[in-house]
Amino acid sequence: MQKKISKIPFKGTAEQEEKLKAVIAECKGDKSKLMHVMQQAQGIYGYLPYEVQVMIAEGMDVPLEKVYGVSTFYAQFSLSPKGAYNISVCLGTACYVKGSQKILDKVCEELGVQPGECSSDGMFSVEACRCIGACGLAPVFTVNDEVYGKVTPEEIPGILAKYRNG
Amino acid sequence: MSNVNVKVNGIEVSVPAGSTVLQAARAAGVEIPTLCYLKEINEIGACRICVAEVKGARSLVASCVYPVNEGMEISTNTPKVIESRKTTLELLLSNHKKECLSCVRSGNCELQKLCTDYGIEDAHKYSGAMTHYAIDRSASHMYRDNEKCILCRRCVAACSNVQAVSVIGANDRGFDTHISSAFEKPLAETSCVSCGQCIVACPTGALSERDDTAKVFEALNDPTKHVVVQTAPSIRVALGEEFGCEMGSIVTGKMVAALRRLGFDKVFDTNFSADLTIMEEANEFIQRYTKKENLPIITSCSPGWIKYCEYYFPEMIPNLSTCKSPQGMFGSVAKTYYAQKMGIDPKDIYVVAIMPCTAKKFEAERLDHTAVKGLADIDAVLTTRELARMIKKEGILFNLLPDDTFDAPFGLGSGAGTIFGATGGVMEAALRTAYETLTKENLDDLHIDFNDVRGTEGVKEATYNIAGNEIHVAVASGLANAEKVLKMVKNGEKHYDFIEIMACPGGCVNGGGQPIQPASVRNNVDIRAVRAAALYRDDKSLPVRKSHENPDIKQIYAEYLEKPGSHIAHEILHTGYIARKKY
Repeated sequence: MQKKISKIPFKGTAEQEEKLKAVIAECKGDKSKLMHVMQQAQGIYGYLPYEVQVMIAEGMDVPLEKVYGVSTFYAQFSLSPKGAYNISVCLGTACYVKGSQKILDKVCEELGVQPGECSSDGMFSVEACRCIGACGLAPVFTVNDEVYGKVTPEEIPGILAKYRNG
Repeated sequence: MSNVNVKVNGIEVSVPAGSTVLQAARAAGVEIPTLCYLKEINEIGACRICVAEVKGARSLVASCVYPVNEGMEISTNTPKVIESRKTTLELLLSNHKKECLSCVRSGNCELQKLCTDYGIEDAHKYSGAMTHYAIDRSASHMYRDNEKCILCRRCVAACSNVQAVSVIGANDRGFDTHISSAFEKPLAETSCVSCGQCIVACPTGALSERDDTAKVFEALNDPTKHVVVQTAPSIRVALGEEFGCEMGSIVTGKMVAALRRLGFDKVFDTNFSADLTIMEEANEFIQRYTKKENLPIITSCSPGWIKYCEYYFPEMIPNLSTCKSPQGMFGSVAKTYYAQKMGIDPKDIYVVAIMPCTAKKFEAERLDHTAVKGLADIDAVLTTRELARMIKKEGILFNLLPDDTFDAPFGLGSGAGTIFGATGGVMEAALRTAYETLTKENLDDLHIDFNDVRGTEGVKEATYNIAGNEIHVAVASGLANAEKVLKMVKNGEKHYDFIEIMACPGGCVNGGGQPIQPASVRNNVDIRAVRAAALYRDDKSLPVRKSHENPDIKQIYAEYLEKPGSHIAHEILHTGYIARKKY
């Protein structure tokens, strides 16, 4: 699937920028360290938006398109920020046969986003993941560190409301 | 280097060690089809069309990148090879927008030709998911239709390796892989320089120039418009290819005849305004050289180069010559001097430019320094390919046309003007005029050729002693070469007084708007050299070979422009540039 590019405005802080600049300064002149810089940048910002990729491109003297090409090739890089609550729906085999696709669809429908995206208020992000080792609870999803097992699509609005109002 | 002996389809052949299977086959007189391979530009062995069987090898090998070794036995036409190529083609077609009847590249598409050659009977053999993309028509010079893209990456290699621009690349992965710009921005919002080298590299109809022929037909059919046309130097040595002429044919006379039959009111020669450019630029060089100001001066004829400078080397903008390009100068004098002379309101004059170049379409849309306020200097720019399309559409039998000649008062061009189309040509033309201006001596036929700046090498250097001055010059074509030269100038490694830069490798003869030659030709013939040789033949055959001796040039200065660098020349023939941000 094509990577989703977030439309949420970039809210990077001066502190984050300083950290990224320090990483770039260490790796400058060695273009083979591009991946490393991108990993660090994702660690700092949680994702790799346009503004961050431009900083990397200019700092590493690599065309922006090359940075973007790498960021869309590897699954580990995200172009969307993580929400305050990151919902991760397991699409591993056991969960899938127990109907977790319907869970994912319902979550996305409720939040008005696609998998890989973040809601415009920055509150929820949704992603599909592979087996998290809780097959006995299938279908399963997590909200940050909390695990929800044996859920049905009907229960989703209630669970989300808990976080919205919390 | 030592040679190795190999057998291709049973034919024994000896080739230099390190040759590829493809090269060995060629040496044995065997052609292997290619699709992603483009000599010296894209050598990635990705498309699997050029597969061949090598005795003892585990699987079929990609002949474009597989090196030969002693005693190797290669088969290029076994049933296994043919079946593999056929399957590759069928799979490519399974995700290809098959609108061949209306495709701009129909008849000149490398994919289409291979499908015919390999007898693909069912273009829909594998029906399944297809990728869907909107056509990007944002840029003023071209469009991209990813649904016709076969992901060969020839365009990507042209953009990054040849031009050092890198605004397009392969993004996402697997079935979703597609060619686009960072963050899926429309091409117009990137630092694309509009050179069109991606278009001439594309084997299919995925990339093409913006077609402006309809706009020109409309003007030709409008009785209130006085429609004039100018043809760039390099069109006359390339247009013939569109009509089956041998590469390097000079078709000036037929081209003029065809334009007249298309209905243009006047057919003029950009060689004239190339001479005008030399008058202004040689003068500008002498001024700057004398004052030691803003040196090296860098030529400004190539709009792809200008845009590159604005994006990638904005700090070098003061070094650019302020001269408009020959295209721009032509438009400027057409809407001022010519309008007055003919008693026509400039608003009713419609100027069409036939150019080897897609960036000229972008240049024509720069409206900051036009000769007549509120009017564009140039109303429409057509590439060589679009002109050929118009001629074919009108049923003009190009090859049967009698030779015709350009109209006055912009019909005479010197040999110096004609060589503008080849890398080093502007430099040579300027040197011819600067030499005579500075020394007050005549360059005779034995000394008129400046051979050091000729040839297809990416970077050329020379030093000339003119009137006691050591003048250091450099010529670069292809923007990756330009980048090298500019970096050396910036870090003080090299000192030059005068630099010519052309965006396209080999200059305008190899421009992004020129007839598209398939990889099967480009891999074996240096089209830059063949077309350029025709321009130098043309130069040699012309009665006037120096810009300042062109009678039409003398006349326009006497009647209107006064002298090079005059106030009025500055008003209408010179321009300005803007620093642009890459991101």
